[in-house]
Amino acid sequence: MMPLLDLAQRQHGGWLPISAMHCVADMLKVPRMRVYEVATFYTMYNRDPIGKYHVQICTTTPCMLGGCGSGPILDTCKRVLGLKPGQTDSERLFTLSEVECLGACVNAPMVQINDDYYEDLTPEDTEAILMALKRGEKPPKPGPQSGQDWRHCCEPKGSLTSLTEPPKGPGFKVLPEL
Amino acid sequence: INPQHLQPVAAMLGRIASARRLMAGAASARVRAFSAPAAASAAASNKIEVFVDGNPVQCDPGMTVLQACALAGVEIPRFCYHERLSIAGNCRMCLVEVEKSIKPVASCAMPVMKGMRVKTDSPMTRKAREGVMEFLLVNHPLDCPICDQGGECDLQDQSMVFGSDRSRFTDNLHDGKRATIMTRCIHCTRCVRFASEVAGVEDLGTTGRGNDMQIGTYVEKLFRSELSGNVIDLCPVGALTSKPYSFTARPWELSRVESVDVMDALGSNITVSSRTNEVMRVIPRLHDGINEEWISDKTRFAYDGLKRQRLVAPMLRRSGNLTDSDWPDALHEVARRLSASRESPDQTAVLAGPFADAESLTALKDLVNAAQSELVCTEEAFPGCTDLRSAYLMNSRIAGVEDADLVLLVGTNPRYEAPVLNARLRKCWLHNELLVASFDLSYTYDHLGDSPETLLRLADGSHPFAKTLAAAKRPLVLLGSEALCRPDGRALHSAALQLSELLRQKMKAANPEEADWRVFNLLHRVASQVAALDLGYRAGPESIRAAKPRLLFLLGADAGLIKRTDLASDAYVVYIGSHGDNGAAIADAVLPGVAFTEKNATYVNTEGRAQQTRLAVSSPGAAREDWKIVRALSELAGAPLPYDNLNQVRARMAQIAPHLTRYDSVEEANYFSQCLQLAKSPGDAKLDAAPIRLSLMDLPDFYMTDAISRSSLTMAKCVQAASKPTKY
Repeated sequence: MMPLLDLAQRQHGGWLPISAMHCVADMLKVPRMRVYEVATFYTMYNRDPIGKYHVQICTTTPCMLGGCGSGPILDTCKRVLGLKPGQTDSERLFTLSEVECLGACVNAPMVQINDDYYEDLTPEDTEAILMALKRGEKPPKPGPQSGQDWRHCCEPKGSLTSLTEPPKGPGFKVLPEL
Repeated sequence: INPQHLQPVAAMLGRIASARRLMAGAASARVRAFSAPAAASAAASNKIEVFVDGNPVQCDPGMTVLQACALAGVEIPRFCYHERLSIAGNCRMCLVEVEKSIKPVASCAMPVMKGMRVKTDSPMTRKAREGVMEFLLVNHPLDCPICDQGGECDLQDQSMVFGSDRSRFTDNLHDGKRATIMTRCIHCTRCVRFASEVAGVEDLGTTGRGNDMQIGTYVEKLFRSELSGNVIDLCPVGALTSKPYSFTARPWELSRVESVDVMDALGSNITVSSRTNEVMRVIPRLHDGINEEWISDKTRFAYDGLKRQRLVAPMLRRSGNLTDSDWPDALHEVARRLSASRESPDQTAVLAGPFADAESLTALKDLVNAAQSELVCTEEAFPGCTDLRSAYLMNSRIAGVEDADLVLLVGTNPRYEAPVLNARLRKCWLHNELLVASFDLSYTYDHLGDSPETLLRLADGSHPFAKTLAAAKRPLVLLGSEALCRPDGRALHSAALQLSELLRQKMKAANPEEADWRVFNLLHRVASQVAALDLGYRAGPESIRAAKPRLLFLLGADAGLIKRTDLASDAYVVYIGSHGDNGAAIADAVLPGVAFTEKNATYVNTEGRAQQTRLAVSSPGAAREDWKIVRALSELAGAPLPYDNLNQVRARMAQIAPHLTRYDSVEEANYFSQCLQLAKSPGDAKLDAAPIRLSLMDLPDFYMTDAISRSSLTMAKCVQAASKPTKY
């Protein structure tokens, strides 16, 4: 049911109307109520019309603390988009949501725009990304941005802090009697 | 029996049925209380010993800790757990300490294990309960003083016994001003499980999550079920309460009387609550043999029909209009007619309606018999021979459907004719793989056809379903009484008997230990029929139409089957009954009787079980108990009936049919092959080709079927709501 609901949401501009839920229920031959239950339980199913770009900013503790913190990022989003969390603009281009942990804590702070994660953000990065989307240009590459010196992925800043020596051979730290 | 039902199903049925069953009962795949019979047949040595507060208890394997505690006499507090629903385990109120378990366990969902030591009153258990109660009360409004559940609220009671006297939460946002009812909900999901498991209406569910979770239908939708009222009893708090009863009474002010329902032929056990001589509500009473603990909405909500359209004074027709009279005048007038009509035979007749009790049936029969007449009839037709009770009873009993593996429904829609029986059929369909063949029900079924011919084809094996039927280990044929009202009713009855007898013989040959299994069952629609047939009434008004009597007593007969034109031109019609309905409209004399809540009376349900209603409120106005009216009449007509009080009437009843006073016991009915011979004897009876059509096919048909429910405002609203097309 969940993949079907997701598919329906993608086919319908990012949100799930009741008729789409009914369609899923009919396809699966389950009572409609069982579909309503799933669609209302999971926050990634949007039951209201949504902008072309769904900007979800994580404000959970690690993002709040990591890098410049999610506070300035949220402020930037609000300023650039002119929206408060939960709002959609009149052209239905952007929807801004404040969400809980999206599982990219090591690259905090971050936002998710549709299916892409933009991580290691600074207010400048955020503004650049949002402005590009606003102008209809191709946005910067998803993933870590300038905030922590353009990391490739989620590796430590600077150099490795663990696993720095060659791996130990078999029998390492095994009791002698074994 | 819509034509659209004709297309199904044969090949696909197996697959769909099992898939739907899986879905409908997904949560109930766990061990259930009522699968216990299977477990019980296992050797007694299989029992597991557990210790509850140090006391050893022998349990069946698969029992839950909560059930084991109940065996030991310790009641564990609970909200979500209910014996007749699947286990949810979401309220956490039943947490108990189990030795060697680091966390408290939810006793309703934990199966017992050998040597388990349960502590139901340890500090850990008490702390866990206090904690759960504290959480439940965080978001519970403090509107107990205006809540209808007050006084019978599980939350209230259990917080007094198991809760703490203070809360650590200070951010309680309930100021008593937001009195939307669902804020009282504690999310036990009993109603959701009832709807999907028992009622078979998958329209209730939980939407949202966490703090925002809500129980409801999500879209605006009617809970379209004939059993919907039972969620009121199931709800442990005041979230789902009875609308007609709301804000009218407190449970501690009510006087309760244990009675029996007469809205259908099942005789569901009920409690009638009254205050200041007014019926305030009707709630179910436990009877495992009949209604378990459910009742239909008509039983529960039609009681306001007892206060409207009542006949409160005797009336006589003078110059074309019924005018108020008094008892002496009215009785003398009727007695004069009676004296005149008894001069010649068969000039006096009785037509008994759906609510006639055995006492008044006895008295009227004695009265009419003394007037040289045998014209005692019931409104509901039954074409077969009534000499053997097995011809017109539900022989395998209501609880017997639980042992059946196949039910063949003939000309009946139990969903609306006997909703509580339908709930039991559905339960067996869900849990015992019961196979059902017939019509529009709350579960899947094979539709075999709507032609009576089908019965013959099933018997001679030419029908595709005949093989399945023959393979059934304990088949059950359930014949509806409405189909028997057809002109070919007699042939239909005989065909059904024949098929049942065939199946019985086959079954007997296959496994002789099942020789006692009864295949043939009859499902009546009205509460009075079995007692009337037991007492020797003729079924159906035909003999009255044929005899054209000069004096006709209508005993609550409101179906309008006998018209003025069916009687002699100078015929005199006396109506004895409680409501001013069709019967009173054609009467020359109206003698106000009482309704089932206003008398101690005997009714026999469709399985032949005699039960009594009890006096809950006194009769309105000048209305009197029906049998007393008849007794008074006999006195004035100069031939007094030989009984003066209820005990004497019942002694007379017992003379005619002894089982009528053996309350709550079911007299076995047998002689199936003789019964079949009697049914076959006319020989010329032919089955019609016309398809069987039933009157109760959809929910709006269900609510208003008799004088009481036709007078009920609540039932009228139900019809209105159920007839409205729904958007979703």
